[in-house]
Amino acid sequence: MTDTLRFRVLRVVLAAVISVVVIFPLYWMIVVAFSSRADLLGGTLRLWPETITLANFERVFSAFPVATWFGNSAAIAITVALITVTVNLLGGYALAHLRFRGSTALFLIALSTLMIPVQVIMVPLFGLVTGLGLYGSYWAVILPTAASAFGLFLARQFILAIPRDLIEAARMDGAGNWRVFTRIIVPLSKPLIAVLFFMSLLQTWNDFAWPLIALKQNALFTLPIGLLYLQGQFGSDYGGTMAFALINVLPMVVLFLVFQRYFVQGFARSGIR
Amino acid sequence: MTAVAGGRRRRLARESLAGYAFLSPNLVLLGLFVIVPLISAVVISFQRTDGFGAGTFTGLDNYSRLATDPVFWQSTFNTALFTAIVTPASMLLGLGAAVLMNSVLPARGLFRSILILPMAISGVATALIGVLVFDQNNGVLDKLLKFVGLPPVEWQSGGAAAFASVVIVTLWWRVGFNMLIYLAGLQGISPELYEAARLDGAGGWQRFRFVTVPLVGPSSFFLLIMNVIYSFQVFDIVFVLTGGGPQNATSVLVTYAYNNGFVTRDQGYAAAIGVVLLVITLVFTAVQWRVSRTRDLVD
Repeated sequence: MTDTLRFRVLRVVLAAVISVVVIFPLYWMIVVAFSSRADLLGGTLRLWPETITLANFERVFSAFPVATWFGNSAAIAITVALITVTVNLLGGYALAHLRFRGSTALFLIALSTLMIPVQVIMVPLFGLVTGLGLYGSYWAVILPTAASAFGLFLARQFILAIPRDLIEAARMDGAGNWRVFTRIIVPLSKPLIAVLFFMSLLQTWNDFAWPLIALKQNALFTLPIGLLYLQGQFGSDYGGTMAFALINVLPMVVLFLVFQRYFVQGFARSGIR
Repeated sequence: MTAVAGGRRRRLARESLAGYAFLSPNLVLLGLFVIVPLISAVVISFQRTDGFGAGTFTGLDNYSRLATDPVFWQSTFNTALFTAIVTPASMLLGLGAAVLMNSVLPARGLFRSILILPMAISGVATALIGVLVFDQNNGVLDKLLKFVGLPPVEWQSGGAAAFASVVIVTLWWRVGFNMLIYLAGLQGISPELYEAARLDGAGGWQRFRFVTVPLVGPSSFFLLIMNVIYSFQVFDIVFVLTGGGPQNATSVLVTYAYNNGFVTRDQGYAAAIGVVLLVITLVFTAVQWRVSRTRDLVD
């Protein structure tokens, strides 16, 4: 009995130590963001700020179009998430409940595109985006980012679980595929829609490699690109960089904690990141 | 009879048409922004290009240049080493954390939320926090090492230490995902199996080795593929944390391709690096499928 108790205490200690290791870098980002420059340059080890200051935030907001970049990130992430939900729901219905020649092959081809990193296709993709006249607009990021089979697998699996009888009954009543889709599939897929929406929002908000290539104008930057640009200007001014990093990170951390259930389901079932 | 057959055929034809129509938005996007660029990437890899004009065909020139390019080999080696360290390490740590989080534990929900929190942080922010923590002149880790009496580490100017910092930051970012997948796998194991093993006299380690490890096999297989594909494509952390330096000590294939494509603008060469990376990924995935299928047949 005491042995079980000892193991239980050991487990709690272990979990606490791991948690401290994981949380410390985030805690440190917050400490630095609210510390004065003089405090940061001191040579002694200090694990909390001497005085709390908003000077870093003021400096960042006065030197960079933070609100614009925040708006760019939000606009791009929400648009991509909406497109992703729509095309994957439509495609998932087709793959789950409609019979047509080549559906399995098309599904596998779509899934295999997930293995292609953007660095493999970035050169011609940049040429294509420029050729289509998208360069210099949000769409240069939105369309290539939304072109992902991410979610197709998840949507197909979820919609497969919707009872066929429901669909057959609606067909008997003369409903066409569009009606079946809007009246049965969409209302019954609300958890799926939430999962796909949040996953896509999180990924796009944090996306870096393609926006780095596609967004060259300062006014179009998303937060991660702005963050890198700002770090280039600020150099070793960690206070300013961390203040801005906090602005980049905070919305998704809050969403992640509030809607954790959906994110966990999304990651656990699709596993595609 | 023929009318019935005709009606059935018409119904099937209509169903096919609907199938293509519903799938087409997804397929059009993928075709236009992934498949078409992929084909052009292969074509461009046989060309010599400067800037964004049309290139001239030079056959296998780019590939033979790769064969004698020391930075390419260094980047390939680094990519392989990174994959060989990060994949098993994040799976082991993930499984350990999942077992811990699946056991009787107060405040389990809180601990779990903390462990998966890094998944919400952008790669750029993660890497910049890494820059802050690993700063070798005035970073908090440096001060901590000094505080406990350890010698300072050259996280930025030392090649091996810089590589280690990339691995550590990546593990911080990725272990939560591995834990989550294993946690889902563990929750599918019936408690009766553990009870039966206990009755047979199996200790804690034996229960872990002979019940847990085999039964999370599907999760392990999935994570192996995901971690390897992710490691081949590691970009954000390397690009922001070290920029591939010092002296290419942390350069990987994707960062080297980026530098060639968009910094030195040697685009045919960049495309060739991308094609090599893609071939490696495909070969690995194909081997994995074969191995797992033969294993399934044996079982």
